[in-house]
Amino acid sequence: MYSNAYIFRYSAIMVIVAAALLSTAAMLLKPFQERNIAIDKMGGILASAKIPDVSADNAMKLFNEYVEEEIVINQDGEVVDSYSDGKMEDGKAFKIDMKKELYKKSKGEPYELPLYVINKDGKKLYVIPFRGVGLWGPIWGNMALSDDLNTVVGVTFDHKGETPGLGAEITTEMFTKQFIGKKIFNDNNEFKSIVVVKGGISKLPENERIHGVDAISGGTITCNGVNDMINDILVSYLPYLQKNR
Amino acid sequence: MSAEIKEKEPLFSAKNIKLIKNPINFSNPITVQVLGICSALAVTAKLMPAIVLSISVVVVMAVSNVVVSLLRNGIPPRIRIIVQLVVIASMVILVDQILKAFVYDVSKQLSVFVGLIITNCIIMGRLEAFAMSNKPWPAFLDGIGNALGYGIILIIVAFFRELLGSGTILDIQVIPQSFYEFGYKNNGLMILPPMALITVGVIIWVQRFYTRDLIEKN
Repeated sequence: MYSNAYIFRYSAIMVIVAAALLSTAAMLLKPFQERNIAIDKMGGILASAKIPDVSADNAMKLFNEYVEEEIVINQDGEVVDSYSDGKMEDGKAFKIDMKKELYKKSKGEPYELPLYVINKDGKKLYVIPFRGVGLWGPIWGNMALSDDLNTVVGVTFDHKGETPGLGAEITTEMFTKQFIGKKIFNDNNEFKSIVVVKGGISKLPENERIHGVDAISGGTITCNGVNDMINDILVSYLPYLQKNR
Repeated sequence: MSAEIKEKEPLFSAKNIKLIKNPINFSNPITVQVLGICSALAVTAKLMPAIVLSISVVVVMAVSNVVVSLLRNGIPPRIRIIVQLVVIASMVILVDQILKAFVYDVSKQLSVFVGLIITNCIIMGRLEAFAMSNKPWPAFLDGIGNALGYGIILIIVAFFRELLGSGTILDIQVIPQSFYEFGYKNNGLMILPPMALITVGVIIWVQRFYTRDLIEKN
């Protein structure tokens, strides 16, 4: 029979050993993990701008090659930081945590958002990062706008745990290719966002179809999340977009 | 301690081999004991995550079995379940951290399921039933055997789900484009969780067809 003192001693030692082991591992592996997360982020930004052959191995190299400027804008659309020399992964914009900034926005506090300027074959593209909520967890992505700050060049989406085969299909080419060539402003310069339409864009009036894409059947809640995310984020960038068009 | 075992019986004696072989067929954790079904549904839509999760389970199970077996004489019975949990949870967190550092893409796909290895009843079951009362070497083999039995089923299920659901194996297109031109379509149902259950059901059926001993008498 074990005494209570023995049980307490045993559990105390066990917990200390486990904690030491895990924190050592976490500390040793952290640089690798952060690098992976950064590479993943770069890959998404490049893929939205339709840079060809982006993979985990060359994302960092291509990112430095194509991104010519990283801009930080505030809630009024003013440029507060611009970074173009040196390693692009060290820029202030790249280190901004969208989640925290959007939380500040929801509380009505001042916030700062990143914007990436990509130089692709002499043409300037503006990449806006997204973050929102899907059905089961966060969804995020990037949208590349051409230099008129209106026409979509490409988008990427990613998610933490949307339903495979349904909501998770937002990451597929089949869904994202619909965005190419869509416009976020109408001819009268009014902001329209890009709506994800359940039942398909054929439901929209003819002149609205340039601002819409088809939703995925079976993935309605995720698609609504994408729709809200696009709208919310673009609205946050709106002051900047309108000033610079 | 392993030297001591060597004197008594060879490392791979018939009895020890049985520890590995049995869980793969006669007492397979998924098809016979019907444990660990949750993760079998969740990660088998594609082959790659299934393989990685299987390897992770093999590692977690082998190591925690050995650790618990080494500690078995010192573990106070009243807190033994908590001790087992701490061992498993630490291992799982380690595996998760390592995956995040070195195979980030796969760890993104597996998301929470690596963490959920902790709740996999096969592991707790083996620790409680086997490792607590056996020496490290047999416990190690038992862990490997059970994890393999689990992993093999996961991989078989994932193979069929990916082949029929996406037309790919390990993300390489295997169903030729000409099939699609003739009107062949990927079966979207295969990607959904219910088809994992049905696939497991078919595997159980095939297994019992070949292993008559498993069929209940009445």
